[in-house]
Amino acid sequence: MHSRSNDLILKTTTNIIVFVILAFSINMLFSGHNAPGGGFIGGLMGAGAFLLLYVSYGLQPVHRILPINFTYMIAVGLLIAILTGAGSFVLGVPFLSHSFGYFQLPLLGKTELATAMLFDLGVYLTVIGVTMTIILSIAEDKIEKEVGEGN
Amino acid sequence: MLHIYILIPFLAALLIGLAAKKVDRIHTGWFVLPVPTVLFILFISKLPTLAEGKIVQSIANWIPSLDIQLSFYLDGLSMLFSLLITGIGTLVVLYSIFYLSKREQLVHFYVYLLLFMGSMLGVVLSDNVFVLYTFWEFTSISSFLLIGFWFYRERSTYGAQKSMLVTVFGGLSMLGALILLSITAETNSIREMIANRSDIIESDLFIPILILLLIGAFTKSAQFPFHSWLPDAMEAPTPVSAYLHSATMVKAGIYLVARFSLIFSGTDVFFIIVSGVGLITLCLGSILASRQTDLKGILAYSTISQLGMIMTMLGFGTGIATLAAIFHIFNHATFKGSLFMIAGIVDHETGTRDIRRLGGLYTFMPISATLAFFGAFSMAGFPLPIFNGFLSKEMFFDSSLKLEQTSGFAGTFAEWIPWLAVIGSIFTFVYSMYLVFGTFTGKAKLDQLEKKPHEAPIGMLISPIILIGFVVLIGLLPNLINESLLAPAVASVTGDFALTHLAFWHGFDNTPLHLSLIVVAVGTILALTLKRWQPIFNRVPGKFSTDRVYQSIVNGLLSFSSKFTKFYMTGSLRLYTSIILVFLVVSTSIFIYVTDGFKIAFDDLAPVTWPEVLVGFVMAVAAIATIWMTQRIAAIIVIGVVGYGLSLLFVFFRAPDLALTQLIVETITVALFLLCFAHLPKLKKSDKKSSEKLVDFVIAASTGALLTVVAISSHSSKYFDSISKYFVDNSYKLGGGDNIVNVILVDFRGLDTLFEIAVLGLAALGIYAMIKYRDKGDMNH
Repeated sequence: MHSRSNDLILKTTTNIIVFVILAFSINMLFSGHNAPGGGFIGGLMGAGAFLLLYVSYGLQPVHRILPINFTYMIAVGLLIAILTGAGSFVLGVPFLSHSFGYFQLPLLGKTELATAMLFDLGVYLTVIGVTMTIILSIAEDKIEKEVGEGN
Repeated sequence: MLHIYILIPFLAALLIGLAAKKVDRIHTGWFVLPVPTVLFILFISKLPTLAEGKIVQSIANWIPSLDIQLSFYLDGLSMLFSLLITGIGTLVVLYSIFYLSKREQLVHFYVYLLLFMGSMLGVVLSDNVFVLYTFWEFTSISSFLLIGFWFYRERSTYGAQKSMLVTVFGGLSMLGALILLSITAETNSIREMIANRSDIIESDLFIPILILLLIGAFTKSAQFPFHSWLPDAMEAPTPVSAYLHSATMVKAGIYLVARFSLIFSGTDVFFIIVSGVGLITLCLGSILASRQTDLKGILAYSTISQLGMIMTMLGFGTGIATLAAIFHIFNHATFKGSLFMIAGIVDHETGTRDIRRLGGLYTFMPISATLAFFGAFSMAGFPLPIFNGFLSKEMFFDSSLKLEQTSGFAGTFAEWIPWLAVIGSIFTFVYSMYLVFGTFTGKAKLDQLEKKPHEAPIGMLISPIILIGFVVLIGLLPNLINESLLAPAVASVTGDFALTHLAFWHGFDNTPLHLSLIVVAVGTILALTLKRWQPIFNRVPGKFSTDRVYQSIVNGLLSFSSKFTKFYMTGSLRLYTSIILVFLVVSTSIFIYVTDGFKIAFDDLAPVTWPEVLVGFVMAVAAIATIWMTQRIAAIIVIGVVGYGLSLLFVFFRAPDLALTQLIVETITVALFLLCFAHLPKLKKSDKKSSEKLVDFVIAASTGALLTVVAISSHSSKYFDSISKYFVDNSYKLGGGDNIVNVILVDFRGLDTLFEIAVLGLAALGIYAMIKYRDKGDMNH
């Protein structure tokens, strides 16, 4: 492996920017129903945040702090999406029939809750999982190769 | 009743297959023997009914919606064939018990044989044409299995394959004829077709029907030019040759022609084709038989020639000719069956069938030799009243002299027939004499034989003795079977029930006898001087060998298809893409041209703004520039310009979700491309010739132009209002959201999204698996 210079500025800015991006991504997810955004874009954005972490700190440190298996995340996301759809069977309506309503919640006040939101959450998680799985597989492979060749 | 008759052999085949392995001390054939015997007796018991002019029939439903019924009926013609099938079947099974040793795979043999017997009965008893066709193909398949019985021999599999190809070719063309027939006559029943005869003859489809049907009959019955499978089918065990290739299956074509002759007979086309092909086959078969050296080869060509003779007589279509044909079907089955069995005995007892190594066997095998003399002289039509072959041959001459076709070409043709008949008969005489004298007289060449010849066991001789018994009996008393068997058969071929008295003696003063005497005289001379003729024989017919034609067709087809496949399946993706694109362009532009589909309308266009034009221009420049990039990375980045331009266009067209997604996706794609392409070797400078480049350019330009045309046309011809108004109106009401795109994605059309994320998941797993496990299969790693 080539020696890594001390990317102090990168790391410091990353610490701040990652949260901004993550917040933006979650905002995209939640506001998607009424404003541009949604699970797909939010997911891609979230993956961008993780990616930035990996770029600045390297694979091993991030993996230590965030022990997430992104392959599982794909499965979890798909499962949420399918279960949301299948939930409509309980009420005797066709697959993927959504409903929504307005509720008074503590802290948030009057809020719209829609089952479509849950479905979007499934999309969100799947997209993060997919993007990260693809990029990490390629990246890890490259590092393993280099380690292997170094031996 | 008839259903059960046909079912019996199939059931027996099943039982034999299941039970015979249990009992291995007794030859399997003994269990099979009762089946044809019982059937034979059952059929015999129906003879009085038929003699009264009645028929036996039974019907069961099979596919009522298609008007396909298992309807079987037994008239004179079916009866003759049923008796041949079961009678000779009995004798062949008996013979095979002694012929095949217990070391052979007897269960296979008898299962195939019983299947064949059942399907052959089905062919001759069916009234429904499609049931007939079903059984017809069953006979082809079971015959294929029987010919390839010794599947470890190359010649056997070759013969089996050849007979399969030829007979199935004919069977399929027959199916075509039957379908046309059933459309024309509006019925599937043969008898109702005969009733609608005039409809069929007057229809435009008459000639195609006739030709297709005759191809089926000619291939099955080994008529010129489809005869070449029969000699190769001689690789089958001899009982099979005796049964299938002399008495039964090869007569299925004859049966077909006879069965349908009530429809076709009397027309000039039928007369010319059937008699013409029959005569060619008769002459060619008899000439080719004289140059064979294998006993079964001689018999195979002799069968071809005799079948040609029967076919000729069926083509004549007159009463006397039909009687002669029917009579000869019976006679041929008796003497040819016995001759095959004797050839098998000779093979079995000496170890060879090569006539050049045989000779002088008379002293060793007197009974077989005597039987062979009778068989061969009957086959040659020697004018003595103890040979049934003589009677039918003389009736053949007689009928050929009494043809009444006077119109045009058919009339001219009819005048030539007696001469061709005489030529064919002369060579028939030659090969018959060659067969019997070459094998049984002369000097014995014991040193060339594998074992010392001796008489066959009595069990093997029973069957040929019975058959030769018929030869002599019918020769002496031809009227014995006339009233009961032949007359009903003739009645069902010609339609009128008229008894003709058969007599073997018409006095000296008649032409057929003179012709027979000529045949004997010339034939004797030729047979005696055969050695001198043989070189000419060997040279001349080789040129006309249909074997070579068959082989070149098969080889030609194979090499043509492999060349054709190699021509366009080069493995080059570039070529495939070109083919796909050219097909797209050609088919779509033809469609647009034919339907006059190109439209252009200017009334529904949005105003063009400068930013859009600018972005579009940049995208076009970037797209074109990609082609000239010499480095992959440069090409990827230039492609990226197109992607970002697109997302800008989305912004202009007020699609924020699309713009966002496009922006991120484009970034990730470019990043992934950069990641992967960094490992690839450098772009080589294109070594394509300029002509290839030109072709590529034309294809690409025409595809682009076509898609533009399609896009313009489809935009200009909107037949319905868009459904988007519904989404705009109901997005908040039903979906609870203001972002219509998102509501459509997760609510109105959520199923699409569900499967799109499933696609993404699969893609990720695919990449993961490809990267992680790519070395696992490599054993050296």
